Amino acid sequence: MIKFNRFTLDNGLRVIVHSDTSTQLACLNILYDVGARDEDPAQTGFAHLFEHLMFGGSVNIPSYDEPLQRVGGENNAFTSNDITNYYLTLPVNNIETGFWLESDRMLSLAFSEKSLEVQRSVVIEEFKQRYLNQPYGDVWLLLRPLAYKVHPYLWCTIGKEIKHIEDARMDDVKAFFKKHYTPSNAILVVSGNVQFGEIKQLTEKWFGTIPTTPKPVRNLPPEPVQTEYRNLSVQRDVPSDALYMAFHMCSRTEKGYHVMDLISDLLSRGNSARLYNSLVKSNQLFSEISAYLMGDLDKGMFVISGKLLEGISFQQAEDAVFHELEKLKTDLISDMELQKVKNKMESTIVFGETSVLDKSMTLALFELLGDAEGINLEVGKYMAVTRAEIQEAAQTVLRKTNCSSLFYQALKH
Amino acid sequence: MNTLQQPDRKHAPAFGTLDQVAIAEAKTIKLGNGIPLFKIDAGTQDLVKIEFIFPGAGATSQPGPLVSVGTNDMLDEGTGRFSSSELAERIDYFGAFLQMESTLDFSSACLFCLNKHLRDTLPLLEEMIKSASFPSHEFDTYLQNKKQKFLTDEAKVSTIARKKFTQLLFGDVHPYGHYLSQGDFETLDRQQLLHFHQRAYRADSCHVVVSGKMDPQLDLLIDTHFGDKTWSSMNTPSAKQPALIQSTLVKKHFVEKKDAVQSAIRIGRLLFNKMDPDFMGMQVLNTIFGGYFGSRLMSNIREDKGYTYGIGSGIVSLKQAGYFFISTEVGVSVCKDALTEIYFEMARLRNELIPEEELILVKNYLLGTFLRSADGPFSLADKFKNIYDYGLDYTYYQRYVQVVKNITSIDLQALANKYLQEGQMTELVVGLQ
Repeated sequence: MIKFNRFTLDNGLRVIVHSDTSTQLACLNILYDVGARDEDPAQTGFAHLFEHLMFGGSVNIPSYDEPLQRVGGENNAFTSNDITNYYLTLPVNNIETGFWLESDRMLSLAFSEKSLEVQRSVVIEEFKQRYLNQPYGDVWLLLRPLAYKVHPYLWCTIGKEIKHIEDARMDDVKAFFKKHYTPSNAILVVSGNVQFGEIKQLTEKWFGTIPTTPKPVRNLPPEPVQTEYRNLSVQRDVPSDALYMAFHMCSRTEKGYHVMDLISDLLSRGNSARLYNSLVKSNQLFSEISAYLMGDLDKGMFVISGKLLEGISFQQAEDAVFHELEKLKTDLISDMELQKVKNKMESTIVFGETSVLDKSMTLALFELLGDAEGINLEVGKYMAVTRAEIQEAAQTVLRKTNCSSLFYQALKH
Repeated sequence: MNTLQQPDRKHAPAFGTLDQVAIAEAKTIKLGNGIPLFKIDAGTQDLVKIEFIFPGAGATSQPGPLVSVGTNDMLDEGTGRFSSSELAERIDYFGAFLQMESTLDFSSACLFCLNKHLRDTLPLLEEMIKSASFPSHEFDTYLQNKKQKFLTDEAKVSTIARKKFTQLLFGDVHPYGHYLSQGDFETLDRQQLLHFHQRAYRADSCHVVVSGKMDPQLDLLIDTHFGDKTWSSMNTPSAKQPALIQSTLVKKHFVEKKDAVQSAIRIGRLLFNKMDPDFMGMQVLNTIFGGYFGSRLMSNIREDKGYTYGIGSGIVSLKQAGYFFISTEVGVSVCKDALTEIYFEMARLRNELIPEEELILVKNYLLGTFLRSADGPFSLADKFKNIYDYGLDYTYYQRYVQVVKNITSIDLQALANKYLQEGQMTELVVGLQ
């Protein structure tokens, strides 16, 4: 049970305070409700590039990192297709420095040309390091546009291509900030060895004077229902063949999300899971295989991916996966097996609540989903899933006509 | 409506520094057979981490490549009573997690679980540690899949650079420097694992570190499952002679990888481990050089030039040695420029005093990092292991805080001149030049 208090400033900033007296640290987490899905299709990668620019100095403070490091703090950020999340931890007695820094960059950035120029290069190197210079690095650049034809999940957070990053201009940066980085579009979570009254007062002092603009309205084109099996084969210089299968599933807030999450665990969580047991251990077709949700907030992807053993064809491998999926559709799973994945999920959630940083991020995400209290309801939602719901969801989602398969083939030397 | 005054945004708020750092210390008890059990009772959640550490089961003690990691990885692949899948079924049913870690200096078997499942999972851990049986069909599957993962890793410039670099520093004969190759997978056999397990996973060569919110019955439970003398060794194994370190004499090395989009760079030298009086000072110097986001290497090569997504340096402390290294991946067209800038920053540490403001920033940053590194039960367990492995006690951390607080720019310049000479470095580039 994670206890918290919350309030909203007049400018629309939502604030959550969680007190944990077991730590000497404090954590500030700010979630901005903007991600790669909010980008212009001709300017992809922008939300992530922008995240880099948030460290290039703000209107009153030339450097973000230095003053934080000077008080013993550390920070980082990430961008997903859905959100951009910034976080810092520091000794609790220096918490005001965190408020000073975060509020100034919400007020306005420095918009330095030099910072834009350098971060363009840094992000291009990131593109190369993570997506081009790694075996299987470009998988998501291929799989997303196969599975999505309309919805902006069709591109990666890094962007569709390097050129989009090269083309980013300062005017675009300013417009993006003005539209998305407003108090009404943000959620602040403060946690650690803190008192609610003190945090409320600090928040009002530092964030209260930031002018408000309306929360941007998101109006994304829904992805049309997929009606035919899709397949793409590519050849790359990698050591072994790899198979990726993506299925469309429900959004994060729909009831079926927890069911699909448990299905992914039935298939691949732990060494007793179905795909591992059947396709890695008993019938040796794969050297590794896993099933997972992308965690998308809009209607998202359920993915199965694995590396094929030498001499196994893609057809054999894919048929074997479908054969395992078929079992979920035709036979009710046992009570024992369902209890197993529920127990594992409960452990995972409790272990995820051991650090103030993890708790802060989770609270912010649930508040975005509608209510931070969701953090305390999550175990119950998993526990309520029934065997029949598992079977139904498998029948609805894990169909061949709902599948986009990528055959990532190793070039033979 | 908005009557709030603008705060002073131009100036940083007042801040404090850490004077004393109090770390919750481990409590020691002994099991019936003499195994030391170290307990860190902390945290807010009803869960526990139980780690059995075998200092004689790391790569430095193994008879050949892959024996240590293979033995450790396969502890959960079948025992006298349970098959691999039976073990997995039970571990998963009770929501527990296993983490087998095999390092150069030790191996460990670690169980994470909720306290309410402790009574059901401890017997499973007992089975694995005492009676792992290494079934031959599981061994074949394990080896085949491990080899495929190895080949995937081997396709990355960063992996090649990391492995090749330690080989250059320590020589291929030393376990710290052995470059694992495909051939090593062909020669490994199951008997080696069985023998190694019988020799190295013994009550008299192990200790236990437990962290989390303690169940009141925990000591008794662990003693019931692990406190007997039946799994002590029959005879004391003779200590393995440490192999000779043979560093390369050639200073610059290049490994070509065609089609590379980025080249991986590693530059560094043999140094010492944390027992050396200069170790703590070098930790401060390393932080300034490449040890944090605001470091000189990051500021210059990423934040000013944009040559890379990231660059850093570090000091590795091992039981028998230590080394210093710089690591990055850069666009192939700027590789030469990046090398020049790395040596430029190294020279600047030798030739110029570190400005007071930068030094104060790094000192405060390090003290804050220290606080973070001791936050929560699992971090406190790591803090304990980091000293216990070297026979040190908690005063080590008090000394560390004092060194960080008191070291001067003059001290740091002297360290740079002693240990960061360009001629002392070994340089490796993997990719294209």
